[in-house]
Amino acid sequence: MKVLVPVKRVIDAYVSIRVKSDGTGVDTDNVKMSLNPFCEIALEEAIRLKEAGTASEVVLVSVGSSEIDTVIRSGLAMGADRAIRVDAENDVEPLAIAKILKHVVEKEEAGLVITGKQSIDGDNNQTGQMLSALLGWPQATFASEVVLEGESAKVTREIDGGLETVAIPLPAVVTTDLRLNEPRYPTLPNIMKAKKKPLDVIAVGDTGVDVAKRVTTLNVSPPAERTAGVMVASVEELVEKLKNEAKVI
Amino acid sequence: MSNLVIAEHNNEALGAATLNTITAASQIGGDIHVLVAGSGADQVVAQAASVAGVSKVIHADADQYKDTISVELSALVIGLAGDYSHILAASSTSGKDLLPRVAALLDVAQISDIIAVDSADTFKRPIYAGNAIATVQSSDATKVLTVRPTGFDAAAAEGGSAEVAVIDASSAVGSTSVVGRELTVSERPDLGSADIVVSGGRGVGSAENFKIIEALADKLGAAVGASRAAVDAGYMPNDYQVGQTGKVVAPSLYVAVGISGAIQHLAGMKDSKVIVAINKDEEAPIFQVADYGLVADLFEAVPELVDAL
Repeated sequence: MKVLVPVKRVIDAYVSIRVKSDGTGVDTDNVKMSLNPFCEIALEEAIRLKEAGTASEVVLVSVGSSEIDTVIRSGLAMGADRAIRVDAENDVEPLAIAKILKHVVEKEEAGLVITGKQSIDGDNNQTGQMLSALLGWPQATFASEVVLEGESAKVTREIDGGLETVAIPLPAVVTTDLRLNEPRYPTLPNIMKAKKKPLDVIAVGDTGVDVAKRVTTLNVSPPAERTAGVMVASVEELVEKLKNEAKVI
Repeated sequence: MSNLVIAEHNNEALGAATLNTITAASQIGGDIHVLVAGSGADQVVAQAASVAGVSKVIHADADQYKDTISVELSALVIGLAGDYSHILAASSTSGKDLLPRVAALLDVAQISDIIAVDSADTFKRPIYAGNAIATVQSSDATKVLTVRPTGFDAAAAEGGSAEVAVIDASSAVGSTSVVGRELTVSERPDLGSADIVVSGGRGVGSAENFKIIEALADKLGAAVGASRAAVDAGYMPNDYQVGQTGKVVAPSLYVAVGISGAIQHLAGMKDSKVIVAINKDEEAPIFQVADYGLVADLFEAVPELVDAL
């Protein structure tokens, strides 16, 4: 079974976000870029399936310009067998991404798609569900455990009230939550090997998908600042302030 | 304009976040219809019909709607979509699971996690863990929106008298079955809608020590939360997590105990009305957002606080 892992390049999780003063977006100049953390978890899960003999091949796919090749290589260094980059602008919307992925899934005849539940830039949490709907495949989002049993899967999901386990037939789309696994660090030999792994480029035009924007970003602004309040010296003073000043207890 | 709000429920009670979603719909304007798809969810239908501002409750009853399975619900919703300009659900795990499917099947974009309605096609939403706020405009005929509950007040649960329309169920897809649930059972208020939240971080030190946090929460009638660090360390289950990748809360009072205040945590609680931070490290970033900060050992200060309340 071939496992397809869609991934995204994002501003590194540990970088402080700076909103551009002209309100057009977030500053990405000279900012460290990385694989989206949820995508790393998805990739780790796929690699483990291959190591367990369940998956035959792990194919990484991403949509964007050649700027994203560096993070694609880092995914190959983790252990993906090969990669496909669909050449497009770096800000294609989730619906168009899902349509592009549908094209790739069908071309590759993948038996399972594992992807991150959201990217930490747009925080949309849409692409996996959209892909599942377009393919007519079942979905299991926010996975904290994935157990494959022949032609079906049992997936434990992180839901608001706790955990839920669903049984779904394959092929299916699974999106990953944080606790599914801890992604490995690429080793130096694997980083060297990754340089020689195949990275095929497909023009977005060849997928037949219209990537015209449906949503226009009118403005991006910093959030309202919260100013620091006062320090209290004792529990007694804290209780007094909460009762008489803030009046919340 | 006409809004379809997807009700969140467990077949017994209407979820609190649905009330906030109804308020978002009322800010968009036009009729507000609420879809209750469930199994034996008559009580939920009655509750939805009495929410102020709702003109119609659409009730679909079938076995396949019992477990909130999105492949089943999306089939139902797209059958109704033609009558609506806006389709909304709370940005809970079930809303986030469902609405991208609905949008894709309608061939429209979905806009996630709106916190403000600027106009019928323009919305504000947080990006980058709330470190930036984007104002976005949709050009699609149908707007499919998930609504962050903390961005909108709850609609009044009483005062409405909507008509109820019973509709046929969509054909069952049958591909997905829920085979197990481990839901947190708690006498405390729901974390997402509690008026007071007491959260513990890595500083609490162990799962056992979280009893200190729970004692304070019980004294205040509060929900218990945890930082991601505390969850990762195994002190508390993940559904207690407050932050970018957990729940977003905005209670009247948020008490952060032993939490340093990483930006991912702040993303989940900085819209709280009053924030109290108790931490022994006076340099902890949590103090920069706290209204009241107390530099103290939590193992002394929290029991003292319980006694003083």
